[in-house]
Amino acid sequence: MRITQARVVAQIFFMGLFLFFAFVTQFGYLKGYPVSLFLEVDPLVAIATALTTHSIYQGLAWSLVLLLPTLLLGRFFCNWICPYGILHQFTGWLFNRRNAKERIESNRYEKLYALKYYILFWMLAMAAFGSLQVGLLDPICLLFRSFTVAVLPAIDMPSEWIYVRPHMHQMAWVVGLLLVFFVSMNLVIPRFFCRVVCPLGATLGILSRFSLFRIERDPHSCVDCDLCLQRCEGASDPHTNLRKSECFVCFNCIDDCPHDALSFEFVAPLKHEVAWPDLSRRRAVFAGLLGVFMYPFARRSGDLDKNFAKEVIRPPGSVAEPEFLERCIKCDQCIRVCPTNVLQPAMLESGIEGVWTPVMNMRMGYCELNCTLCGQVCPTGAIQKISIEQKLGLREFTDLGVVKTGTAFYDRGRCLPWAMDTPCVVCEEVCPTSPKAIYSREVEVTTRYAETLRLRQPYVDPELCIGCGICEYECPVRDERAIRVTAVGETRSTDRTLLLSLIEADSATRAAIVGAGPAPTFGAVATSAMASITSLSQATPQSQPKASATAGCGSSQCGCKSKGEPAVADLPTLLHIESPES
Amino acid sequence: MSEDLSRREFVKRLTTTGLVAAGAGLGAWQLFDPRRGDRYFRDVLDADAVTLPSFAVDRPASAVTMAIARGSEPDALVRAALGAMGGIEQFVQRGDVVLLKPNVAFDRPAALGATTHPGIFKAVARACRDAGAKQILVADNPINQPEGCFFKSGLTAAAGEIGADLVLPRKSAFHPLKIDGEVLSTWPMFTEPFEKATKVIGIAPLKDHNLCSASMTMKNWYGLLGGRRNQFHQRIHGIVSDFPHMIKPTLVVLDATRMLMRNGPTGGSLGDVARGDTVVVGTDMVAVDTFGYGLLGRDPEKLEYLHRAAARDLGSTKWKEQVWREVTT
Repeated sequence: MRITQARVVAQIFFMGLFLFFAFVTQFGYLKGYPVSLFLEVDPLVAIATALTTHSIYQGLAWSLVLLLPTLLLGRFFCNWICPYGILHQFTGWLFNRRNAKERIESNRYEKLYALKYYILFWMLAMAAFGSLQVGLLDPICLLFRSFTVAVLPAIDMPSEWIYVRPHMHQMAWVVGLLLVFFVSMNLVIPRFFCRVVCPLGATLGILSRFSLFRIERDPHSCVDCDLCLQRCEGASDPHTNLRKSECFVCFNCIDDCPHDALSFEFVAPLKHEVAWPDLSRRRAVFAGLLGVFMYPFARRSGDLDKNFAKEVIRPPGSVAEPEFLERCIKCDQCIRVCPTNVLQPAMLESGIEGVWTPVMNMRMGYCELNCTLCGQVCPTGAIQKISIEQKLGLREFTDLGVVKTGTAFYDRGRCLPWAMDTPCVVCEEVCPTSPKAIYSREVEVTTRYAETLRLRQPYVDPELCIGCGICEYECPVRDERAIRVTAVGETRSTDRTLLLSLIEADSATRAAIVGAGPAPTFGAVATSAMASITSLSQATPQSQPKASATAGCGSSQCGCKSKGEPAVADLPTLLHIESPES
Repeated sequence: MSEDLSRREFVKRLTTTGLVAAGAGLGAWQLFDPRRGDRYFRDVLDADAVTLPSFAVDRPASAVTMAIARGSEPDALVRAALGAMGGIEQFVQRGDVVLLKPNVAFDRPAALGATTHPGIFKAVARACRDAGAKQILVADNPINQPEGCFFKSGLTAAAGEIGADLVLPRKSAFHPLKIDGEVLSTWPMFTEPFEKATKVIGIAPLKDHNLCSASMTMKNWYGLLGGRRNQFHQRIHGIVSDFPHMIKPTLVVLDATRMLMRNGPTGGSLGDVARGDTVVVGTDMVAVDTFGYGLLGRDPEKLEYLHRAAARDLGSTKWKEQVWREVTT
C-alpha cells in the first residue's frame, strides 16, 4: 500500500469518527463516547483558552497528543485528521474541472495564503485580553457548529432520522451559507479555507517550523517539471524550497514525481526549506493591534454589564458572562445535545464577542428540569459539568440553592385570564417546580355582557422561579408570549440577582418568609414542600444498593457519566426508583 | 425570415414552441384551483381527515364493567382487576395488535407520580401478551421531550422488557382526525399507532390537575392529540368530555397505586404523592374517573367534565348502578 492510500484510509476513518460523534451527541445515543475528542486534541482551543483562563481545562490536555507529533512531522493534521480539511479535499477532487496544467498553476503559493496568520494573531490578541474568538473560524468548531445548526436539521427535514420533534436554529441560514461558501471556494482556490483562512492551520504551521521531518527535493534528480504541484494540497512549493509551514504532509508530491526526486526526510538540510511562514512583521503587529483596539470597543459596548440583554439567558451551569466569553469556543455541542431545542446560537444579542455562543430561546424550547446534558459535553467549562442535584439545589447543594437561569414575568395586557376574560393557566400546569413557581388566584369577574365568570389569574413567585421557560414555551399567545423569561435573577452572577432574600437569607428563614406571606395556604404548601425535599434526599440511601452496580445514574443514555466523571450521584439514582415505598 | 432556414427546420421549431406553450397551458388548467375563502381552509384541514373505529368489545349486559383491586403489588393488582372483569381474554384475542396509551406527559421519575407506573404498565402489557397479542404498541405525545419522558418515567425500560414497541410522536405520525365533538371538530391526532392497532387500552395515573382538578383516564387521551393543544385550556371541561366521544377504547386502567395529591399535573416532590394502593379497570371511562375522583378525597358531583360527558350519554357517573366488583390482593 502506498502511503497516500494509507492517508485516504485514515481520512475516511477520521471523517467517519467525526460524523459518528456528531450523530451520537444527543439524548438516547450518548453512551459515554468521547464526543469532544476532536475539540480536545485541537491545540488552538487549548492554547487560546490557556491565554484567556490561564489554565488547561480537563480534556484539553489531550491537545498534546496532536501538538507533539506536529513538532516532529509538521502539519499532518490538516490532511490526515481534520474533518473540515477532508471535506475540502473531497469537494475539490469531486468537482475538479482543471486539467493538469491548470492544476499545477492553481497549486502555486500565493501571498494571500499568509492571511490565516494575521487572523490568528488577531484572535490571540483578543484572547490575551480574555475574549475567546478562535471558535469563529477554528475548523473543528466551525464544522461541528455547521452540522448542529444547519446540516443535521436539513437532513432531518425530509427523513426524520435525527430528532423526534424537528429542531430549528435561529439564523441557521447564516451558518449554512457560510459552510456552503467555504466549500464552494475550493472551486476558485483549492483548499481555500485551509490555505487562506484557517487559524488552526496557522497555529500548526508555526509549530511546523520545529518539525524534524519534511519533504526534501533532490535538486540533482529534479528536472523542474513541476508535476509535484499537480495535487499539492497545501501549496507549499515542493518543486523548489519547501515552505514547511504550508505543507500538509499529504505525500501527493512524492507520489506524482516521475523521477523520485522527492522524499520525506529526517533533519533534511536547512538551506532547502522556508521554515517560517511568509509574514510581514508590520502586518503581524497591525493584526495584533486590531485585537488590542477591538477588545475595548467590544467591552465598552456594555453588552456584558450595564446594557446586558434580557435575551441572553445562558444554559444552567454556565459561568458568569465575562468568564463565559473566556471559555466558550462556539462549537455548539451544547446546542446539539440539548433535547428540547431551547439552546440556540446567538447572533448579536450577547454582543459582537458572543456570536454563535449558546443562549436559551424559550420560543424554540425550554430547559428540561432533570437535564444537565449541555454541561456534560462542554469541552471548555463555559457550561460546568453540574449534576442534577446541583442544578436543583438538593442535598449537599442546599446551601447554594437551585441554579436559576432567569425569571419569568407576566405581560398582563396579553394574558388571556388577565386581559381577555378567558380561562387558561397553561403556564401553571407545566411549571415543573414543587411547589409551582406559578400560582393562580381564582377571581370572579363581570364580563362586558354582565355575566359572572370565575377564572384563575396567574402570578409568578420569583423565589421559586428557576427561569426554565416552559411557561413561555407553552403560552398560547404565540408571537409575543404573555409570560416571558428574562435573564435577571440568574444565579451565575451577583450583578444580575433580583431578590435580596435569595442571596442573604438561609433556607430556614426563606421558608419562614414564604410561610408568613399574604397567601397562608400557599405558604403551608411551600413549607411542606421543603419537608418533602428533605424526604426526597432521605429516600435516596434506600435505593443506593440498586445504583451501586453502575456508577452515575445507571442509565446508558442520560449522559451523566459520559466523561467518566465522578457520577452525578444521588438524585438520578432516585430517578430510577420505582415507587416511594421501594 | 432568413434564407438559410429550411422548411423542415421551420416546422420543427414551430412544433417545439407550440408543444411547450400547450404544455404550460395544460399544466395551468390542471392545477387551477377555484376555491377561496373559508371553504378553502376548511377543505385543506378536512381533506385527509381520518376517523377512528371503535375498539370496544361487545359484551353482554350482565358483564362486569368496572373492577377495583386493592393491594400493594402492581402485578397482582392488575391480574386481580382483569380477573374480576372476566379475564383479559374477553378483551384481547390471539393475533390482536394492542395499543397501550400510558400518560408520560412529563420528564419525571416514576416515583413522583406524574406518569404511569412502569410496574402497572408492564403488568397490563404482559397480560395482553399472554392473551396472544401479536404486537404491543406504546404511544404518547408528551408535553416534555418525548424520549426523555419515556426514559425517565421508566417506560422505555418496561417496554423493552416486555417486547413492546415504542411509537414516537414524530411529525409525520400525525394526521387530522374528524372528531365532531362539542368543542373539537377536526384536530391533528397521533394516528400512526392506530394504523395497526386492533385494540386500545389507556393506562392513566391518578393526578391532581391545576385547571380541571384531576387528570385520570378521560384526560389521558389528550396525550394522543397534536397541534395547538395549549388552547384546550380555554374550554377544558368541554374538551375532556369530548374524549369519550372521540375514542372508544377496549379498556381503561386507572393506576392509583400512588396518587398525585397536589401540585399537579407535574408534581415534582415526593411530598405531593400519596399511596393509593388501588388499580381500577373498566370499560366506561366516565364511571372509572368518577370513582377515581373520590380516591383523591374530592366530590365527584363537582367535577364538571364528568357530568358533561354523562349528559351526552358517553358514560355514566353512577358506577354503583353498573356491574362492578371489588377485590383485594
